[in-house]
Amino acid sequence: MTGAPDGLARSDGKDDKTGRGPLALNGVTRRFGEFTAVDNVSFEVGPGELLALVGASGSGKTTTLRMAAGYETPDSGTVTLGGKDITRVPPERRGFGMVFQHYALFPHMPVEDNVAFGLEARRVSKVERLVKARAALASVGLEGAGSRPIQSLSGGEQQRVALARALVIEPRALLLDEPLSNLDPTLRHAMRDDLRAMLRRVGVPALFVTHDQEDAFAVADRIALLKKGKLLQVGTPEELYNSPISREVAAFIGRGSIVPAIDKGSTATVTIGGVARDLNVTRPKGVAPHLETAFVVLRPDALELSRSAGVLAWRGRITNRRFAGGVVVYRVQLADGISVDVESLSGEAHEDDNVSISPLKGPFPLVPA
Amino acid sequence: MKASARRQSWLIALPVMALLLWTVVYPNVAVIAGSFEDGLGHWREFAASPADREALWTSLVISVASVFASLAIGVPLAFLLGRFEFPGRRLLRAVATLPAALPPLVGVIAFLFLYGESGLVTRVVQRALGMAEAPWRLKGVGAIVFVHAYTMYVYVFLFVSAGLERFDATLDEAASGLGANTWQRLRRVTLPLLMPAVAGSALLVFMNALGSFSAPYVFGGGLRVLSTQILASKTNGAMGLAYVETTVLALSAVAGLVLFRWLDRKRRYTLASKGGRSRRTIRSRRIQILTTVASAVIVVALVLPHLMVILVSFARDGAWTTQVLPPEYTFENYRRLFTESELWKPITNSVSMALIATAANLVVCFIAGYLIVLRKFGGRGLLELLVALPWAIPATAIALGLAATFNRNDLLTGRVLLVGTFWILPLAYFIRDIPLVASAVESSLRQMDASLEDAARGLGASWMMTMRRVVLPAARPGLVAGGLLAAVTAVGEFVASVVLYTHSNRPISMEILAQLRALAFGTAASYSVLLIFLVLLMTLAARSFEERLA
Repeated sequence: MTGAPDGLARSDGKDDKTGRGPLALNGVTRRFGEFTAVDNVSFEVGPGELLALVGASGSGKTTTLRMAAGYETPDSGTVTLGGKDITRVPPERRGFGMVFQHYALFPHMPVEDNVAFGLEARRVSKVERLVKARAALASVGLEGAGSRPIQSLSGGEQQRVALARALVIEPRALLLDEPLSNLDPTLRHAMRDDLRAMLRRVGVPALFVTHDQEDAFAVADRIALLKKGKLLQVGTPEELYNSPISREVAAFIGRGSIVPAIDKGSTATVTIGGVARDLNVTRPKGVAPHLETAFVVLRPDALELSRSAGVLAWRGRITNRRFAGGVVVYRVQLADGISVDVESLSGEAHEDDNVSISPLKGPFPLVPA
Repeated sequence: MKASARRQSWLIALPVMALLLWTVVYPNVAVIAGSFEDGLGHWREFAASPADREALWTSLVISVASVFASLAIGVPLAFLLGRFEFPGRRLLRAVATLPAALPPLVGVIAFLFLYGESGLVTRVVQRALGMAEAPWRLKGVGAIVFVHAYTMYVYVFLFVSAGLERFDATLDEAASGLGANTWQRLRRVTLPLLMPAVAGSALLVFMNALGSFSAPYVFGGGLRVLSTQILASKTNGAMGLAYVETTVLALSAVAGLVLFRWLDRKRRYTLASKGGRSRRTIRSRRIQILTTVASAVIVVALVLPHLMVILVSFARDGAWTTQVLPPEYTFENYRRLFTESELWKPITNSVSMALIATAANLVVCFIAGYLIVLRKFGGRGLLELLVALPWAIPATAIALGLAATFNRNDLLTGRVLLVGTFWILPLAYFIRDIPLVASAVESSLRQMDASLEDAARGLGASWMMTMRRVVLPAARPGLVAGGLLAAVTAVGEFVASVVLYTHSNRPISMEILAQLRALAFGTAASYSVLLIFLVLLMTLAARSFEERLA
C-alpha cells in the first residue's frame, strides 16, 4: 500500500478544515423513521487503500457512503479524516471526490466544463482550470473530448468523465457509488483494472460501493461486508473467502455449499448419506474451541468429482453441467437434500450421470451457525 | 400495401386539412390581404398614426413587463413550495393555482372590487391613512401588469414546479461534493437546467399578455394597446386600419415566438425524471416564522379576489357607493338570473356554444392527433403546423379574421355568412381551442406503443375496430383533459366574443361587462360566481367520467 504523496495541496487556498490521512467511520448509525439503515458501523480506509463496501441492495452500503461524503449526517457516531471529526462538515467543504452511480454529469455543460466545475467552485482562474481539466481528461484516456456534449458520450466515457471530474479537485478521499454497474460486461472487466490502477495512483483513501463481489475482489484491497445495516466482516478478499467469520459471510462471498458439521477443533466431521469424512478446517478468530452447531463451506474448487464409485466418497447425481472456460462446473445432488457445485477439468460427465464426490485436502472454512 | 396505407392517410387527412385551411388559415390571409386592399395606404395610415404607434409600443411593454412580473412571483414560489417544508405549505400549495380558475374577465372585475378606486383594499388603506382621496388609481400599464402578474404567474409556477420535480437531485449533490456553495449551485446547475421550463412559461405569459384584452379594456383608461385599437377601428368602420393593426399584432406574436425559440436554441438535453429530492425542513425559528407569515399573506392575496366576487354577488345593485363593504345583502341577484329570461339567456348561450365548440374540437383533434402521431405520411408536417397555428395568433386577430371572412355569402371565394348569426362564436371558440385539445390528444397517443395498432391489425381487426378498441381508448385521457380545458375556456371566453357577439348570442362575459357598465355590481358578480361554478361543475364531470371509464 502506498502512502499519500505529499504536495497534494488544495488549489483553492481555503483553510484546511478536514485534514488529511485515513478516512474512518466510528460507530455510525442512521435511522429513517423506524427503519435503521446503518447500524453502528465502523471501519477505516488508509491513504492509497481501496475499500469496497459490499452488500445486497438495502444493506445500507449507499447510506454509509453518503455519510462518508456528507450527504447524510449520522444519528450517532462520527466520521473522521486524519483524526479530525468531519461528521458535520457539509459536502462542499470536505473536498472529497465522488463518482455517482449514474455519474450525475451536468447535461447542460460540455465535458470540459463538467470536469472543471469543482475548480470553478474554488475560483481557480480560467486558464488553470482549462489546463487541469485537460490533464485530468488525458489521465482517464479522453484527450480531446473536452468540447463534446455529455449526451454524445458512451456509458464508459461518461464514467471516465465522472472520474476525471472527481480527480481534478485533488480530493482528500474518493467515494464511488457502484462505479461499474452501468457498464456492459466486456467494458466492465476492462474498467476494473483501469479503476484500480487510477485509484492507487491518487494515493488517497478510496471507498467504493458495489453489490458485485467480483468487482470488489478485482478492485479492492479490503472488503467491508454489510447486511441489513450491520457490518458483518472487514478484511482482504482472501480473508473473507477463506476465513469467513459467520455463515452469512460464507453464504455471500464466493460460491459453495454450507453443510452441517461436527466441530472437533482443527478438524470437523461432515456426514452425507451415511458417509462421514473428517475435514481440515480453518476457524475464524474468536469463536469457541468446540462449537455445538457448526458448518463447513464446501467450495467448488475444494471438491473432486469422479465417475467411479469410491467407498469413502459421497454419492450423487449430476443435475446441471456448465462449461465455465477451462473448467466444467457440475451441480451434484447428494443425499440428505444437500447439493454441491464441483469444478472439474474433465468434461466427460453429463447430466443424470451418477458420480461420487470427495473433498480435497482443504482446509475448509468452518463457521458458526 | 404501403401505397394503400398512404392513400388511406391522405383520405382521412384531406377533410381535416381542408377544414383547418378554410377556418384557420384563410381568415388570416384575408386579414393580411385586406390590409393591402388600398395598396400601402392603410399601412401608411398606421405608421402615421401616433395612437397606433403608441398602442404597439404599449402592447410590447405590457407583455415584457408581465413576463418579468410573472417570473418574479412564479419562480420563487415554485422554489419555496418545491424545496422547503414549513408550516402552512400544504395550504399555500392548494391555493397557488387558484388564479388560473378565474375566467379572464372575472379576475379583472375582482381586482376592480378590491383595488379599484372604490375597492375594498383601497378604501381600507384610505381610511387607515386618513386620506381624502384614494391612495392609488387602478389604471394604466401598472394596473394591467398587476392583473396579468396575478393571473399569469400560475404558468411560470406550474412549469418551474414540474421542472423542479423532474430535477435529478444527484446533480445538485455532485455540485456540492465538488465544492460549490448554495449560490454557485443555483447559478450554475439548478437555474440553467430549469431554463427550458422558465423559457417555456415566459413565452406563454408573453403570448397571453400580448393578446390580453380584458385588463386593458377595463383598466386602460386612455391607454391604447393593439387589441383594443383593433376593436376601436372595427367599431369606427375603419376596417382597413383594423386589418393592419391585426396583422401587426399577429406578427408581434410570431416574432415573440421565434425570439423565444432562438433564445432556447442551445438546449439539447432533457431532464431525467428520477424523482425529486425530499423537501428541506426550515430549521431556523426566525425564518420559519417569516415564511409562515409570508405564505399567509400570499394565501390571503390569492383567495381574496374569489371571496370578494362571492361577497359582491350578494350585494344589492346600486347600494355600494362610498362604504368600505357593500351595506346591503340579498339573494335577489341570483333569483333574477334564474327567473328573468333576458338574464338567463347569456347562460344558456355560453353553455351551448361551449359544448358545440368542444364537441367539434374533440372530433377534429382526435383525427388530427391520430394522423400526426400514428401515421407517417407526407402531410404530417403541414397538419402539425395547422393545429398549432391558432396558438400563435392572438384571439383578437382570430376574431377579426373571422369577421373579415364570414361576413357574406360568396361560395366562389369560400365565404359563408356567419357574422351576425349564432354560429360565429362557436366557430371562434373552436379555432381558439384546437391547439389545446390537439396537444392533449397527441401526448396521450405518444404514450401508446405504436406497435399496438399493428398488433390489432395482425390479429385480424378491421381499421374501424382498431380505432374503436385500441386508438380511441389510448387517446381518451387526452380527449377528456383537452375537452375539459376547451369547454372551460370557451364558457368564459371574452376576447373573441367582444369582437363577434350579437345581442341574441351574447355570452356570459359580455353580459358581465354590460352589467358592470350599468354599475350593477351585484348582478355582474353573481354571473361571475355562476361562471366559476360552471367551471367547477365541468371539472367534476370530467373527473367522474374519467374515473368511471378507467
